[in-house]
Order: sequence, then C-alpha cells, then structure tokens
Amino acid sequence: MIKEYIGLNQIEGSLVVLDGVKNPGYEEVVEFNVAGEGKRKGRIIQIEGERVVVQVFEGTKGLSLKNTGTVPTGRPMELKLSEEILGRVFDGAGRPIDGFGEIYPEVSADINGSSINPVSRVYPRNFISTGISSIDALSTLIRGQKLPIFSGYGMKHNELAVQIVRQAKITGATSNNFAVVFAAMGVKNDVADYFRRSFEESGVLSKVVMFLNLSDDPIIERTITPRCALTAAEYLAFEKGMHILVVMTDMSSYCEALREFSSSKGEIPGRKGYPGYLYSDLASLYERAGMIKGKEGSVTQIPILTMPNDDITHPVPDLTGYITEGQIVLDRALDSVGIYPPVSVLPSLSRLMKDGIGEGYTREDHSSLANQLFSAYAKVQDAVSLASVIGEDELSEIDKKYLEFGKAFENRFVNQGANENRTIEETLDLGWEILTLLPESELDRVSSELIEKYYRPLINAQ
Amino acid sequence: MPNNKVFGINGPVVTVADTKDFSMQEMVYVGNERLVGEVIGIDEKFTTIQVYEVTTGLTPGEPVEGTGSAMSVTLGPGIIKNIYDGIQRPLREIAEKSGAFIARGCSADGIDGETLWDVTVTVKVGDELCGGQIYATCPETPSIVHKVMVPPDLSGKVTFAAPDGKYTVNTKIIEITDKNGRVHELTLCQRWPIRTPRPIKKRLPCTVPLITGQRVIDTLMPIAKGGTAAIPGGFGTGKTMTQHQLAKWCDADIIVYVGCGERGNEMTQVLDEFGELIDPRTGRKLTDRTVLIANTSNMPVAAREASIYTGITLAEYYRDMGYAVAMMADSTSRWAEALREISGRLEEMPAEEGFPAYLPSRLAAFYERAGRAISLGGGEGSITVIGAVSPQGSDFSEPVTQNTKRFTRVFWALDKALAYARHYPAINWTDSYSEYDGDLAGYYNTNVNQYFMEYRRQLLSLLHEESKLMEIVKLIGADVLPDDQRLVIDVARVIRVGFLQQNAYHKDDTYVPLAKQFLMMKTILHLYEKGKSLVAVGKPVAEISKSGILEKLIKMKYDIPNDKPEMFDDYMAEIDSVISTIMAK
Repeated sequence: MIKEYIGLNQIEGSLVVLDGVKNPGYEEVVEFNVAGEGKRKGRIIQIEGERVVVQVFEGTKGLSLKNTGTVPTGRPMELKLSEEILGRVFDGAGRPIDGFGEIYPEVSADINGSSINPVSRVYPRNFISTGISSIDALSTLIRGQKLPIFSGYGMKHNELAVQIVRQAKITGATSNNFAVVFAAMGVKNDVADYFRRSFEESGVLSKVVMFLNLSDDPIIERTITPRCALTAAEYLAFEKGMHILVVMTDMSSYCEALREFSSSKGEIPGRKGYPGYLYSDLASLYERAGMIKGKEGSVTQIPILTMPNDDITHPVPDLTGYITEGQIVLDRALDSVGIYPPVSVLPSLSRLMKDGIGEGYTREDHSSLANQLFSAYAKVQDAVSLASVIGEDELSEIDKKYLEFGKAFENRFVNQGANENRTIEETLDLGWEILTLLPESELDRVSSELIEKYYRPLINAQ
Repeated sequence: MPNNKVFGINGPVVTVADTKDFSMQEMVYVGNERLVGEVIGIDEKFTTIQVYEVTTGLTPGEPVEGTGSAMSVTLGPGIIKNIYDGIQRPLREIAEKSGAFIARGCSADGIDGETLWDVTVTVKVGDELCGGQIYATCPETPSIVHKVMVPPDLSGKVTFAAPDGKYTVNTKIIEITDKNGRVHELTLCQRWPIRTPRPIKKRLPCTVPLITGQRVIDTLMPIAKGGTAAIPGGFGTGKTMTQHQLAKWCDADIIVYVGCGERGNEMTQVLDEFGELIDPRTGRKLTDRTVLIANTSNMPVAAREASIYTGITLAEYYRDMGYAVAMMADSTSRWAEALREISGRLEEMPAEEGFPAYLPSRLAAFYERAGRAISLGGGEGSITVIGAVSPQGSDFSEPVTQNTKRFTRVFWALDKALAYARHYPAINWTDSYSEYDGDLAGYYNTNVNQYFMEYRRQLLSLLHEESKLMEIVKLIGADVLPDDQRLVIDVARVIRVGFLQQNAYHKDDTYVPLAKQFLMMKTILHLYEKGKSLVAVGKPVAEISKSGILEKLIKMKYDIPNDKPEMFDDYMAEIDSVISTIMAK
C-alpha cells in the first residue's frame, strides 16, 4: 500500500524534516507532490525513529509546511538502464530531457554502486594513444585509469578533453564497443553545447550518453549527477562489454554543491568549509574506474576540475590528486603564450604509466626517454630562474643549452595543433630530436645502448 | 533474548534507544542483513554504533544483536598470503560469494576452516604451560612456520594432547586444566580484540637495522627493527612507491601491508607483483610472507578506521611467535580522516581542522604497539611500523603530520621538487631524519665496516654544504665559485644522482646490499679526497668533470653488479689515474 504523508514539519535550505514516517529506509528515495506544481524527488539522509530528514533534489523553493505530500518509494536512488541510453541526453538526476521519451529499462541499478573487490580488479596495463605528445610520452593514459585534468578558469581544458575523446585509441576497442559518458556539473550552457557539437563533428554522438546539470540547475541534483553517469558507465562496461571513457566536468562545482549541502545540514566543516568526508565522497566516484576480471569492458575516467585561483593545494585538486592515478596539470603561463595544450609537464603524472609502456606496449626507450625529458626540463627551470637574476648572457654554456632545449621542448613537443594526432613513434622520435640540443654527457637517465640507437646529434646540426 | 532495535541512522552511525544490553566496543550485528558494527558510545538514552558497511536501505526497527565480545580478529594459520578487508573478512572468499562487487552483509571466516594443516604438537600431557607458550607448529607457507601459542591470559597443566597429524583450525589440539580445575580446549586458532595490545614480557632496545636495500634509507636515515617511521608527502611524491619497495625488499620475516583508504588498483598491483617476485633471502615468493589488508578509499569508512588495528593485531600475533614483522600503513591520514568523519557524525567538539581532540592519543597508542620485545613465550620478535602520511595541500604543518612526527622516530619527508625532477626515492635529505642513527652505529660499524658511520657523516655534511652553496648558485651561477666549493658541488651531484637516486625498475639497483652501499660511498668520498688534493696545489677542478669520471661514478650503480664488489677497485684506480694525469698537466 502506498502511503502519502501530508505536510512537512520543518524546511531548512534544501532539507525538509518529516515526523511520523513508518519504516523509512536510509537513503530511500521519496517523491513530493507539491500542490499546483507537480512532483519533486528527495532522498532520506537521516533517521531518528519516525523523524526523517530528506534532501530535496530540486530545492525547496515553493514548498510550505502544508502544500506538500510525501510518498516513500521504498527504493534507493536508481537509474533505469538499457542499451538505448547511447546517444541520449539526461538531466542531472537521470531523467531524459531530449524529448525522446522514457528509457525502456532492462535493469535498474543503485546509483551509489558497490565497491569493486580489490581481488577482482585487473591491474590496468593497456596504453591509450591520445595523439597528444605531452600526454602519450610523459603522462600516459592507461585503459581503466582515472586521470584528471587540473585546470583553471579560462584555460583550454575543454578543448583538451574533446581532443582526447576524439583521438583516443583504446586497445581492444572498435567503433562498436567504444562509448563516451559525459557528465556536466554546474557548467555553463555553451560549454555543454560545445561538447555536444564536438561529439557530433567527430561522429561519436550516437555513442555518447550525456548527463547535464548546468550551472542554473538545482545544486542538490548536482551531487547525484556523477553517480548517474558512472552507473551508466559501469552498466555499459561490465554488462555490455564496452570500453567507456567518462568525461566529468567540472568536479569543483560538484564539490561546491556538496559543501553547500553539508553546511545546510549543519555538519562540522573540514578545510575551507568542505565537509570532512570530501575525500571518501570523491573516492566513491573516482574508484569506480577500472577493469574487472572476467569482464570485457573498462571504465576510464577523465574528470576535469578548475583550481580556484590556480591553487593546486586547494582541497578539491588536493584530495583528487590523492585518489586518482596521476593528474594532467595545465599551466597559465604556457596558456598565455599560446601553447596548446598548455600542459605543465613537471607536476603532471600518470601513476599507471610505468606498467603500460615500454617494449610490447609502446617502445623500449619510452620510459628512459620520459625520465630524461622530465629531468632535463626540471633543470631548464633552474636555468630560467638563474637567467632572470643574472641575465641570459651571463649563463654558462651548458645553462644556455638548457634554455634552448626548454624553448624547443615547449614550442615543438608540448605545443601541437588541436587536430594534430601524433603517433607514439612520432612523439618519441620528436623527444629524442629535441634532446639532441643537449650534449651527450647531460643524458644521465638513458642507457648507453639507447643513446647509441636513438641519439642523433648530427641530424640536428645540419 | 533482548529485543533491541535500530532507532536512528546517520551514515555509518546507528543508534539504539533505551537499552542497557551493550558494552563499549562490543561487536554487534545490525539489521536483517546482519551488518557488522561496533559500539562506540553509550548514554542513558542511546547506544551509538558505528557500522562497518554501507547502511543504505536500513530501516528503524530492524534488530540489533550483540555478540558479547569486543571487535576481534581470528588468529591462526592461514593468515599469511591472505587479503582481508578492514575487519578481517577474506576478500577472495567474498569475491567467490558475491562477485566482483562487494555485497553487503556478506560474511566469511577470517581463517578458512576446511584447510588441513600438518601439525606437530610440541607438548605432552603433564607439561605446565603459561600464556604465550608454543604448543604446536605447522608450516603455514613454504617460508613461515606457524607457532600456535597458549592465549596470553591462560596457564595450567596439559591434560590432553592430540598426536601429530593433519587438522583443521577448529580441531581440539590440547586441553589445559588451570589451577582452578577448569578445563580449556585449545585449537589452532584464537580470538583477540583488535584495540587491545597483546601483552609482552619485556621491551628491548632497537639496535638492529631493518635493512631495506634502499641507499637513502639504509645509509642516511636508517630504521631499526622495532622502530617507527613516517613517510609524509603530497600526492605524486611516491609514498606508495616507497612503501612497496620496502615491503618487497626489507629483511623482515613477515610483512603486514595495510592499504587504508587508498586506491584499489594499487592493492591489485601488490597482489600481482608480489605473486611474481622472489624474496632474495628465502628464494620463495614474496606473497609467502605477506598479508594484505585492503580497505580501499571507496570501501566503508568505519572499516577503514578499524583496518589499522586489525593490521597491528595480526603483526603482534606473529611477533609473539618470534618473527620480525614489518607493517606498512598506507595511509594513516585516511585513517585519521575516518576518525574525523565518525567524530563529526557523533557531533563531538572538533579540535584542529575538524579532527577530534583525541587524534594525538590515538596516534600515540597505535605507534606504541611497535617495538622489539621478548614475548611471553620467551622468543624475541619485533614490529616495525612504517606509516605513510598524506598531508592536506602538501603542508607538513597540518595536525596528522605534526602529531605523527611526535610519535615516530624516523621521518622520511618526500619532496615535491625532487619528485617533479623524477628523483626517486624523493626523500629530502635535509628535512628528513632518523633518531636511530646512534642506536644502530654499533651494528653498522661491526657488521659492515668500521668506517661506515664516519663515511655517512661525511656524505651528509657534503650534502648540507651543497644545499648552502646552492643558495648562492641560484643567485649568481656556479661559474664564479672558488674551486674548493665547485668540487663540493660536483661531488654532491654524484652523491645525489649516483647514490641517493635509486631506480626501482633496474634489476640490480632496486635492492642494493649494505656492502655495496658502503663501497659506493667510499668510492665517491675517495674522489672528493683526491679532488681536494688538486685544489690544494691550485689545479683546476673543472678538469675532473671534463675527464668524464663523474659520469662514470654516477653510473656505477648500474655498471657494477651487486655480486661483484671487486670491481670497485678498478674505479678507485681510475680515480687515482685521472687525478694524477691532471696533476701532471
């Protein structure tokens, strides 16, 4: 028997309190019938006997203590799923908004998912070629990895994400079993539209599932948007055997929504007002990337977050970096001199790279070459800061060579066209070519055999 | 049967109203799905329980059942090689039962009850036994003999002893009659509450190093067996990498690796990698001495809080058998955050940055469970605890780092700048320290070489001198320095790149025996001494770097195999000849 509870006891921010609810389930979804307005959804987030606190996804605007009826559904928050979701557009809570009607569900899945048992995971080793030198060579993306892009307002993270989606070649993926799940959280309308257009232009739109919670959509809904997206991704990957690339933007907006919600609940804040459980909460999203033994598909995540004031120690990038398997950091200085993609090479990192590159995956020199480029580029920074004090002319010969190397590295290696798709061989060869600007004695990370094979200073001198 | 029911639910915190049936830290089963929980607060109106599983769908009115005992783990053969979650549920069995995703309320025994162990009973009827004494042994893995001990609080006369043979863990092996005439049946396993340290007879000073084969650790910041160390570092500085290297190569008998709130793929990596790697000392697989506790970041937060205690209790059990145990906790910050999260749900008054005021005392109590000791049974064992710390915003002044620093004696500070330059291990040699250097000097000087500590001192002072000089170099460049200082900079570069930097993926360099570490140090310092003689007569130091000898020394870690120490003589000779050539010019 479906019961409707008439009236509310208290409304505060996005939360409402009800008394006398029989057998409420924790995290159960309830429906609100608001007089003259239609339905809203909410979720029970606290229970004390028959008194429950419910979070209203669409916000409490227009609710009064009298005009609202509450119907418990007896189910946790679920997403209806079938293969039909490919090519569809949903709102942040998983309702279709493209006008093609409801999904005929094959299954309904709890959007919170369950944790993957560590013994059932497959350790990711397969290289994804993105055609972008700074990523392929230095922070390699691996199938089943979670590799976020740390950006700032006004930088070209969206372009970069689109380029990755367009050019990504996943081992084992064909056009039939590759799909993209896109979650927008608090992004502007035109940004969401940019993604949609770009997917269309590259011909993958029919393989994209979009979940849109735009910047003017309800905040509370934003906290479930990535969960809907990841539930869809897990379904496609582990039930349907597809290789899924999940692009989530902007994680900072998601965290702000969480902060707003937390403070309205009166929780004790951690750093910068973010709730103390931000780490666990983010982990429950990011850890849903991966591969599972005995299953065909994979979930690879590319979350995008904007660092307020470009501060990498801000709680959102900081906690993200502790969970994800590396990060691609964009740099404003490179961006402002027009280098695209403005990847700041030194703080960028891919933790899974070491096991997915080298002989049998990319090329035997990959790891040593990457190390050498990192260490040489770190020395460039020293030379640059010295030059800014004593002037370039006063630098020693070797420091001048490093400066030259640094410029070539930024302008030729990092910099590339938005449509330029370099193979891994081209990228690695280019790396060696730029290294020839340095004398052989400076190459302390590569073995003598590799130098013999790839280091060709003469070609450069011509 | 008391009829207790769920009243309130707030995340992992569940309350039961109007009951006096529970005691503090008692383990309970919550709800129809029998979720495991622990009592963490009792007052007149409510008993508060933290639940170790997700509480979605739980309803008020569902039953709560007490177990009468504190949150405990089962100790017995079958622990090694296993992988557990934070409350000792074997993840392999759970995967068999519930598939790739962990289902709720899925229970499995910590120790498999079916396996037959090849037991040798070492006591006979009439023997007097006291707590901690060994009454049976069985080979647990090819490298570990499991010694079954009388529970610490029990003693008496053996009135029954089974013959040697194959038994499961729940079979009666002996019977003890205590002085009150009560008969106790002992099997191969026992239970122990995780929050209570297992008793020992006597603590011993920590005078033997835990040899890790990592130069920057063994030579510069050594840790003793029974010691405590903290590895703080921002993300991407290589905390986990360092922990993995230590777990692989350190000379402990048993490794307890606790992945506390970290990445799932990292645990998978440990499982894969340790299954393939061979322990250089025993020639057996590394998994044969390893037990893993994996409570990844997306697994329930309360179990994460418990995982550290589960880990240290298992470690204590093997210490009592007389083994040297090393426990890696990655990362204690996640454990502290779990404390904070639970504390927040209980609406406790927060201290610094929202952490509860009892954070320092909890940290202290945990690290104090490390140590080298004589066990009740009389054997000597040790627990070395190495805890990773993930400071928020890479800021070492935050509460977890600071409080951990108070209770650990080794501090391996990982440095972002080094990690960015891909200098691994990124342990910063000026910020890090080891308080064990004095205690361990005797060991190094007698077992490696009498000059070991002296050379170490020289190495450190060169590095410190370099870091001072670098301040000047940053301002005016290296060219203007006088020759004696340029020599310091050149030699320090060899130390940094050739000695401190170590390649975990190189077959020789991943583990370097102490003897080779010493010889490398000696060779580098020989170059410095010879270089000084050049400076003394006014010959240009720049000639040394032109000769290529610096590059050669930097690559000696790769070029000299670990088993060919005699090759260092050639390097010494080459240094001499290079220097005399320059002298002759």
